[in-house]
Amino acid sequence: MNNIPLIPVLLLGAVLFCLGILAVITKRHAIVVLMGIELIFNAANLNLVAFNRHQPDLMQGQVFSVFVMVIAAAESAVALAIILKVYSYFKTVNLDQIRHESDV
Amino acid sequence: MSLVLIFFYVFGFLAIASAAFMLATKNVLYAAFGLLVTLLSLAAIFVLLFADFVAITQLMVYVGGVLVLILFGVMLSNQVQGRAVQSESVNGISGALVAGILFGGLAYLILSADYLYLEGINVADAAPVNTKSSIIAIGIRLITNFALPFEVASLILLIALMGAAYISTEDKHE
Repeated sequence: MNNIPLIPVLLLGAVLFCLGILAVITKRHAIVVLMGIELIFNAANLNLVAFNRHQPDLMQGQVFSVFVMVIAAAESAVALAIILKVYSYFKTVNLDQIRHESDV
Repeated sequence: MSLVLIFFYVFGFLAIASAAFMLATKNVLYAAFGLLVTLLSLAAIFVLLFADFVAITQLMVYVGGVLVLILFGVMLSNQVQGRAVQSESVNGISGALVAGILFGGLAYLILSADYLYLEGINVADAAPVNTKSSIIAIGIRLITNFALPFEVASLILLIALMGAAYISTEDKHE
């Protein structure tokens, strides 16, 4: 019995997902919200890799988690560009202040 | 308890603890370092789950790319000098409530789901340790079964690069 059972891996993924959700909900610094989103991506990746071990000849889980990483990298690049643009316009990255000043 | 299982629990605890530290700290830079430890221990867990290529990609893309990008974002988006970059947190109680209820539901589903109908789930738990690298299998899948998603992903990367470069250029007309 050398292998990690499935249930603890899934529970770890669930804990990381909920911590990421908590970061997105509670934090008001835009970059910390972005970090929470990265945490959610990683929790999803963990589930994909964990299930991949039970069908190793198809490799669907691992290939899909590589695609998830590609999307996460593209997303964070665009999001940071937007954050820098917003900072140069509003002089702040606090999300509440930005919403207050833009009067939406 | 085998050594692999002990390592899994150690790295899992490390991942959860540093993610919690990322939530608890007010300093944005410390939060980035907490995320760094979480990503590193997740890479270790990927190795323990026989996903070596995913683990190396995690190191290169997340630790080497995304995290450096985030640190640059922290540096470029703050003009405070001499004091730490702070992030305030709001909605503490309701956010914790939402996350707690979500985790309760997820844990209930995970613990009550019947995985035994999945093919090979008992085989994989008792199988000998796989010593082959997964790079060959992933490479073959990428150019046969998953050729279209592979091309679409490269297109998305190109578009995201162009979009990020376009957004972050200074507007000369203002």
